Amino acid sequence: MFSRKHCESDGTGSMVSHMKILIVEDDLEAAAYLSKAFREAGIVSDHASDGESGLFMASENSYDALVIDRMLPRRDGLSVITELRARGIHTPVLILSALGQVDDRVTGLRAGGDDYLPKPYAFNELLARIEVLGRRKGAPEQDMVYRVGDLELDRLSHTVKRQGRELLLQPREFRLLEYLMKNAGQVVTRTMLLENVWDYHFDPQTNVIDVHVSRLRAKIEKDFDQPLLRTVRGAGYMIKDEPKVEGRAEA
Amino acid sequence: MSRVGILMRTTAVRLSALYLVLFSLCAAFLVFYVTGMSQRLLDQQTKDAVSVEVSQIEAIYGRAGINGLLRTLERRARQPGAALYVIAGPTGEIFAGNVASLQPGLLAKEGWTDEAFAYQRYTDENGKDRHVALAHVLFLDNGLRVLVGRDLQEPEKFRVLVRQALMVALGVMGIGALIIWFAIGRNALKRIDRMSDASTRIMAGDLSQRLPMSGSGDEFDRLSESLNAMLGRIEKLNEGLRQVSDNIAHDLKTPLTRLRNKAEAALSHNTSIDGYRGSMDEIINESDQLIRTFNALLMISRVEAGSSAAEMSDVDLSQSVADCVELYEPLADEHALALEAEVEPGISITGNRELIGQALGNLIDNAIKYSEGAADPRILVRLVRRDGAAVVSVADFGPGVPDDKREVVVQRFVRLDQSRSKPGTGLGLSLVEAVMELHHGSLSLGSTLPEADGAKGLTTEMVFPQGQS
Repeated sequence: MFSRKHCESDGTGSMVSHMKILIVEDDLEAAAYLSKAFREAGIVSDHASDGESGLFMASENSYDALVIDRMLPRRDGLSVITELRARGIHTPVLILSALGQVDDRVTGLRAGGDDYLPKPYAFNELLARIEVLGRRKGAPEQDMVYRVGDLELDRLSHTVKRQGRELLLQPREFRLLEYLMKNAGQVVTRTMLLENVWDYHFDPQTNVIDVHVSRLRAKIEKDFDQPLLRTVRGAGYMIKDEPKVEGRAEA
Repeated sequence: MSRVGILMRTTAVRLSALYLVLFSLCAAFLVFYVTGMSQRLLDQQTKDAVSVEVSQIEAIYGRAGINGLLRTLERRARQPGAALYVIAGPTGEIFAGNVASLQPGLLAKEGWTDEAFAYQRYTDENGKDRHVALAHVLFLDNGLRVLVGRDLQEPEKFRVLVRQALMVALGVMGIGALIIWFAIGRNALKRIDRMSDASTRIMAGDLSQRLPMSGSGDEFDRLSESLNAMLGRIEKLNEGLRQVSDNIAHDLKTPLTRLRNKAEAALSHNTSIDGYRGSMDEIINESDQLIRTFNALLMISRVEAGSSAAEMSDVDLSQSVADCVELYEPLADEHALALEAEVEPGISITGNRELIGQALGNLIDNAIKYSEGAADPRILVRLVRRDGAAVVSVADFGPGVPDDKREVVVQRFVRLDQSRSKPGTGLGLSLVEAVMELHHGSLSLGSTLPEADGAKGLTTEMVFPQGQS
């Protein structure tokens, strides 16, 4: 916890550097690719290649998040999650699956998963989701006011102020900003926005989300010098205080 | 199996056999009933005649005494016919009459003989003919006994005749039934053989074959007709499937080829890191498009697999439509189009919110994409109740879809835009149709301005039949 707080305040954008996750995936090549990519993003990962050993490792060690494939030898992914939950282990779980349809997502989340990503996926998407999940573990969710720089969002009165001046947002724009600010300093992908703000899980095919975000950006940045909401190329969006920090995905 | 064996197994023959057994039982009952009834009738007639004569004899005895009675009986006994007359002593010895001998003990009891009895006439030779008769015995006050009876030979003959006639009639009917039966069974068998021959040819792969029809419009024809309709449908589906797999091959191979070409080009032409980076970006975009196509295809097949694959719940359609419009409104705005919604409140249906949202999203997305150069830069989304159904319509004022292309455009991978310059998988409307099928509804395409000369616009309608308030 100390390290995370420290990271958040140091402003380098590498706030997930001490995150440790477990990858349960039977495809060794895919697992090796994930380990390497996570290492480059500053995340330490362990690997288990079947359901039983994944269950064992997740029970014995403390991880910030688990990435579990649905179809695994010896014990399938969903049953690993159910068993973990039955043992009182509530480490956030992201389910990876080639079964990407709506109903599979529902069964996955019902089994106790926290997020669901259909294969094939973009690594940036996975990374963004893991970061949000890993943070969820310790973040104070009951904050009634979110602050990023001079931007202030009051969840009770549904008001947004910047430099003390009230900004008028549509209800959906408010929810969009709320979600971005809740995950301030972290990359939020377009699909994550569609899921969490609109509660839709399909691929909208076009850049609908981008248009919403640029509208929101116009409202919160117009007439102000300092940009807050930045586009992270190839990944999504991030709201952050520091003007010159680059998105990780660009590194 | 032998021909007869097969015949015995046909339903027609088995049913006929059952009918034959039932028919025989009824016929036997009929024979016994009719002969029994006619016997009773004849017996009754006989008894009536005898009763009349007995009362006459009593009257004659009362009027003219024993002599008068004897005279009358003598006269009557000499007449030819079936009547029996006997005058006997108290011990049973016969004094007069036309009977040679009687069954002993017959005269011991006054009144009707209990049953038909045997006797011999004087005219009989050596007792060869045994006659049967029914009689009434009368005790006179002087101890004499008078028997008046009727021979039963005639009624018996009649009864036998009736029985024989019935038996013959039934026999003829039975044999006739057997012949008809055999003919029907054979005929049915032949037609079934022809049908199974045809289906064997169809199974061998010739889907253009059809089952034979006799043209009589009977059950076999009706069966053949509906099976032929089914074959037609299968043929059409098969054709569609072939077309789809051709399309899949084309629409997946083309981007795969592009992908490969790009990777190859990157390897052979690029020297700088930036060049590689650019190529890689292109390759990733290309694969994303491929993944999208795959996902859409999978989605369609999952939705088509039926309601078991998708969870159905109560969906506030009014809210869903409003949400969707809100989601796409900025995008329309960016294309300089006004997305206008007219939503009747409080309409909810049983369905899958996610799929309905995606279907409507596809329709709005299409409307935005194909509204280029529209005279009226608007897209109208409407939700109304119509005849108990909930109807969601999306109307644009773009070029529209020609009447003859409306069926085609719903098929997988069909894009009217030949250049394929717009982004898209060509699967959008196919998914909408699959979603509507899942909801037992329908997707229809029409013109927004059917009267217009130029751009008629396209109006797509999703009709959910179970719309309720």
